[in-house]
Amino acid sequence: MADLKRYDNRLGIWGWIGGGRWGIDRYAYALHRITGLGILSYFLMHIIVTSLRAMGIYLWVEGQFFHKPLFRIGEFFVFAAFAFHAFNGIRLFMVEMGFAVGRPIEPVYPYQTSLNVQRPLFIAMMALAAIFFAAGGWEFLQYMAK
Amino acid sequence: MPETTKMTKDITFHVRRYDPMKDKEPYMQSFQVPVTPGMVVLDGLHHIKENLDPTLALRYSCRMGVCGSCGMLLNGTPTLACNTQILDIATTDLTVAPLPNFHIIKDLVPDLMPMLEKHRAIHPYIHREKPEELNDTTGEHYQTPEQLEHYLQFTYCIKCGCCMAGCPTLATDSEYLGPQPLTQAYRYNADTRDGGRAARNEVTGDTHGAFRCHYAGECSRVCPKGVDPAKAVQLLKRQLVFDYLHLAQKQTPCELLHGPAKGEKMPNIPTAPARTAGV
Repeated sequence: MADLKRYDNRLGIWGWIGGGRWGIDRYAYALHRITGLGILSYFLMHIIVTSLRAMGIYLWVEGQFFHKPLFRIGEFFVFAAFAFHAFNGIRLFMVEMGFAVGRPIEPVYPYQTSLNVQRPLFIAMMALAAIFFAAGGWEFLQYMAK
Repeated sequence: MPETTKMTKDITFHVRRYDPMKDKEPYMQSFQVPVTPGMVVLDGLHHIKENLDPTLALRYSCRMGVCGSCGMLLNGTPTLACNTQILDIATTDLTVAPLPNFHIIKDLVPDLMPMLEKHRAIHPYIHREKPEELNDTTGEHYQTPEQLEHYLQFTYCIKCGCCMAGCPTLATDSEYLGPQPLTQAYRYNADTRDGGRAARNEVTGDTHGAFRCHYAGECSRVCPKGVDPAKAVQLLKRQLVFDYLHLAQKQTPCELLHGPAKGEKMPNIPTAPARTAGV
C-alpha cells in the first residue's frame, strides 16, 4: 500500500496556551515554564556579569547600568517570576508525589477530577505568591522613589 | 395525539477540511445546518455529508460515547461529537476541527496509530509468572472490591485520544508517551493480579515517560469518560519514585482462587453463579 500523505497537526509551542479553550492549570503550566526559562537566563547573565569583575569591569558601581530604573524594573520581574515559580513548584512537587490528587473514584457524571481536589492547594500557593509579589513590589517601589 | 413542533435554528458549522490528494494545508469551510434541540454534533456532520458535501470525511461508529471513534476539537475543546449537543456549545457558530497532536489523514479523521503504538509499548495486559494462568486458566484470581477500586476508574478509557489532543507537552514532544498510555500503565500496575510493574517502569520511567508531565490537567478536564488521566499519571510518578528509592512495599501478585473442595453449604444461601474459568 502506498504511503498516505498526512498533515502534521501538532500545535508546537503555540499548544502551551493557544489552539483551544483550556483551563487555568494549563496557563499555570505555561507560566511555570516561561518563568523557569527566565530565571535560568537571569542566572546565566548573573554568572557572566560577576565574572566580568575578573577583567576589571565594575558594572555595579554608583551611576552605572545596575543603578538605572530599567534594571531595577527588570530585577522586580525576576523576583516576581521567582515568587510564582517557587510556590507553583511546591504545588507541583506535592501533586506529582500524589499527595493532593485524591484516590481513584467511580466516575459518575458530572465528573470530579483531581483538578478539583488540588484546587485549594493551587489557590493557597497562588495567594502566597501574591503576598510575596506585593511585599516585594512595595520594597521595589520604595527603592525607586528614593 | 398532540402534534409536537421543534424549533429549528440555523447554526453555521465551520469545518476544517484537508484532502491529502489536493491540499497543501487545511482550510476552513462553512455550512449552514438546521439544528433542532437534541441534535448532537455528529448529527450535524451527517446532515452536511448527506445534503451538502458528500466528500466530508469523519470517523464514527457507536453514536453513544462508547467506541471513542468520533473525538474532535469542538469550539476549541477536544471531545466526542456523538455525545455533545450542538445547542449546548453553540448559539450561532460552531467550529469543528480534527484532534490536534495527531496527523490528519483526511478532514476530521486523525491518525491514532502513534497513540495505539505507545499504548502497546506499556504492556497493557496482566503479567503473570506462569503464562498458562492466562492462556489456559484454571481459576479466577483473588481480588477484593477495595483492591478493584484502586484501578477501576482507569479502566473506563475508550482510547478516543481527547486527552492526547489536549496535552501541551505532546504539542512540543511527539516522543512523550502521553496521558492515555501512562494512565493504562498505572491501571495495570495498580491491579493486584499483575506482576509486570518492573517491566512497565522501564518504559514509563524513561526520558519521554511520566516525568515529562507537568500537570497542565487538560487531559482530565477533557476526558469524556471521567477517567482522570492526570490523577493516574501523578500516582504513577509516585510509584516510580518509591520504586527507584526502594521504598515501595513488596507486593506479590494475588494467587489463583480455588473454591472449597469440601464442606456443606449453609442453609438459605443462594447458589453461586457458574464458574467461568477452570471448568
